[in-house]
Amino acid sequence: MREDLFLKDFLDRDSLRQIQFTRLRETLERVYERVPFYRKSFDERGVTPADLTCLEDLSKFPFTLKTDLRDHYPFGLFAADMSEVVRIHASSGTTGRPTVVGYTQEDIRIWSEVMCRTFHCIGITPNDVVQNAYGYGLFTGGLGAHYGLERLGCTVIPMSGGNTEKQIMVMNDFGVTAICCTPSYFLFLAEKAEEMGCPISGTKLRKGIFGAEPWSEEMRQRIESMTGVGAFDIYGLSEVIGPGVSSDCEVKCGLHIFEDHFYPEIIDPATGEVLPPGAEGELVFTMITKQALPLIRYRTRDITSLDYEKCACGRTIVRMGRVSHRSDDMLIVRGVNLFPSQIESLLLEIEGTSPHYLIVLSRTGAMDDLEVRVEVSPELFSDEIKGLERLRNVIGHKIKDLYGLSAKVSLVEPGSIERSVGKAKRVLDLRK
Amino acid sequence: MKIPQISVFLENKAGRLAHVTRVLRDARVNILALSLADTSDFGILRLIVDNIDQAKEALAAESIVSMVNDVTAVEVDNRPGGLAAILDALEGGGVNVEYMYAFAEHRAKKAALIFRFDDPETAIRLLKGKGINVISGGEIL
Repeated sequence: MREDLFLKDFLDRDSLRQIQFTRLRETLERVYERVPFYRKSFDERGVTPADLTCLEDLSKFPFTLKTDLRDHYPFGLFAADMSEVVRIHASSGTTGRPTVVGYTQEDIRIWSEVMCRTFHCIGITPNDVVQNAYGYGLFTGGLGAHYGLERLGCTVIPMSGGNTEKQIMVMNDFGVTAICCTPSYFLFLAEKAEEMGCPISGTKLRKGIFGAEPWSEEMRQRIESMTGVGAFDIYGLSEVIGPGVSSDCEVKCGLHIFEDHFYPEIIDPATGEVLPPGAEGELVFTMITKQALPLIRYRTRDITSLDYEKCACGRTIVRMGRVSHRSDDMLIVRGVNLFPSQIESLLLEIEGTSPHYLIVLSRTGAMDDLEVRVEVSPELFSDEIKGLERLRNVIGHKIKDLYGLSAKVSLVEPGSIERSVGKAKRVLDLRK
Repeated sequence: MKIPQISVFLENKAGRLAHVTRVLRDARVNILALSLADTSDFGILRLIVDNIDQAKEALAAESIVSMVNDVTAVEVDNRPGGLAAILDALEGGGVNVEYMYAFAEHRAKKAALIFRFDDPETAIRLLKGKGINVISGGEIL
């Protein structure tokens, strides 16, 4: 039974497209019939579900934006009766008012399935003891991972976020072999474990399933070399289902999208035009099996590209490049576009830098000021002022080379940048 | 002779120096000499202490970044021209002083000077050649 589930990742592409087409057509019919918003927007476009004769015809249909979800707050876009809805989650509201999502019994089953496939993809087995440190609650991370792990047959420890010392105790005492949390929280755990005299490298932990925030390839290498734990990226967003939209496999060369449930397109964010395979653009999803909240052409704001080549792991489902930044995360400083993840990559290229940093934006008169605070690690510290000045200059020059901006680089004491148990706070914008 | 020095990273914020000294007090570490170098937003506190291992351990336990390296300690008479005599001895030897600090011992009428040289071996050879007393960690205590 479970083997059947995993075979879905290895279907031939023609069969997969046939499944996608049937499901997509059914979904368009479902929302056209049940959701006034979609009836209206399809009518305005002059399209009906019957106009979908092949998968490519989806481009005739209108997009759904995050603002559409907010405008129909809380349940206005649901395509299922509330009597069928068994669960509500809401986004953390990093970019404004929370967006609310709902699940039917069938949706929960689908979610467990894609999370189960996620863990299998990463090489987690029923023999693993998994510490789930994603928050349980309105946030989709905790319960999403939990159901997938149980479906796979792992031993789940439902820790939720925070309570770091207890997390470390449990990790040691229960022989934890894999952990789910944000990459920044894992760094914090590793630091704390070191302080407590029981470093992660001395535990049985071998795999980390990291998501819920953008992180860089350099961060992956840093985590792996620091702790000896394999770091895997998972991707998802609550509007689509939560975690379980796509996942790294053991080859780590792109995240496999579970496209028999979530049909992806890449568009030009400016024109809305669909781009050919391999082109970089905004990722758009249509949920072709969901019951309660099947969104049509939902614009994620995430920039990536798709690769339809068969992966070295043997999976045929499409891979997306890792999302190192969301267009929502973009900062504009003196007219220059800047992503926190680029600053992260740049800092981690320097030997001995700590992965703890904070970007501070402020304004003097009409000028934006960019400050980057970096913690001084024992490896970076020098007894000579000029050694530390050199370090500051190297960081300053790198930023100048990349953006043409002068940044103030401040070296701060270890532990002085606030640690987060959920999504890391990388930016402090005082310009308001 | 070289002696170990412990350097500590300090942010320029109220209470940081006091915090470090309290940590050392609680670890029963005695400070024999110190200097504080500062820039606009951070400083480096350099210390000669009676128990370097204990100091290092206590600071690490408080997540205070420190490092230990060797410096050269020189003893001179506590009188005008004492420091000049040392620098004269180094003149022309191609040795640079990265930084230095000093403390005086009134009763013994001596002063101890702590040097960080870019080339300590050459510096020690030049000083000893001029009969200047390069002292060991034990003597400073």
